[in-house]
Amino acid sequence: MRVVAAARLRRAQENITATRPYAEKLDTILGHLISQIENPTHPLLERREVKHVCLISVSGDRGLCGSFNSNVLRTTTQRAEHYRENGADVTLICIGRRTHEHFSRRGYDITDAYVNIFRQLEFQTAVDVVHEFEQLYVDRQIDRVEVIYNNFKSAILQTVLVEQLLPLVPEEPEGDELFLDYVYEPGQEALFEMLLSQDLNMQMWKVLLDSNAAEQAARMAAMENATQKANELIDELILQRNRARQTQITTEISEIVSGAAALEG
Amino acid sequence: MLNRSFRLEIRTPEKLLYEGEVTSVRAPGVEGNFEILAGHIPFLTALEVGEIRIREGDTPQLLSTSGGVFEVLRTGVTALVETAEWASEIDVARAETALERAQAYLAANEPDLNVPRAEAARARAQNRIKVASNL
Repeated sequence: MRVVAAARLRRAQENITATRPYAEKLDTILGHLISQIENPTHPLLERREVKHVCLISVSGDRGLCGSFNSNVLRTTTQRAEHYRENGADVTLICIGRRTHEHFSRRGYDITDAYVNIFRQLEFQTAVDVVHEFEQLYVDRQIDRVEVIYNNFKSAILQTVLVEQLLPLVPEEPEGDELFLDYVYEPGQEALFEMLLSQDLNMQMWKVLLDSNAAEQAARMAAMENATQKANELIDELILQRNRARQTQITTEISEIVSGAAALEG
Repeated sequence: MLNRSFRLEIRTPEKLLYEGEVTSVRAPGVEGNFEILAGHIPFLTALEVGEIRIREGDTPQLLSTSGGVFEVLRTGVTALVETAEWASEIDVARAETALERAQAYLAANEPDLNVPRAEAARARAQNRIKVASNL
């Protein structure tokens, strides 16, 4: 199991690296457009009073990976309670079997669930998820979207993060004085709109990849712990067995010796 | 002038699909197909579902794409597409299954059907079949 998880972890890390050329270019172009457009307006940038919240809870499909799943479940519950205390209602999009099972049993309002997607991760899944909440946001059925997932920091460190997806928070554009402007087709605004959607898809895709890598790392650590514990247990049991055997032999020898002594006497 | 080449990169969220020197690239812009040659002015456009045709030497290479953005700079050309597949690698049987499924959804037209999503899926499948047949 440890070796399998290690191999999967390597692949998951490669997938994260593979997104970079695309993500960096997208950021550059988007940053440039934001610097060109004065007061960007877009339904996805619109801030409203928070009455309806959509939480996207990303867990794994399987267990045996330490606190990977339980951390996400706990944080999701905390966020949901926090919003309820402030008078908002909460709907969930569950990604991963664990979070779906957990929250459907507890009567949460689940908009949609995606299970068994991590075995064969596809970009289209991220697009489908985004499409779903983007539409709800534009239709004003939800006022805020947050995603809760395990962030892959390194093979030994994964932390649960809560990130706001909507309303979008546009990043401050970097100064790019030497840049010559493009010819746009269609207009800047239409392109901006399209790029925002693409950026959101990319964010969701990164979340899925990160969670997947974190899951493999967590499972690897859990399996290593299990192996270590089992080895300690084996050592302990061998010691016990040897002690028992020694006691028995000692008893037998002393019986024989005392028997012989009795005969001689 | 005509045979000058320029640098082209096709990047998808899953990988860097292509990088190389090409003499021309044709792509499906939202306002119609266009072709880029060396020395084009800086240009930014949206792509829709369609076919990308690149020319390195004498034989063109074909890809299907589901859309994205296309950037032309003095230093090179970059296509950022959400999905793209070489025509030679398209699984036509799978595309046909996807097409049938999308058509069945649209024909059944149940109340909770997500029509734009089904239509987009149908357009992607049709495009993949078409690009594979253009090879």
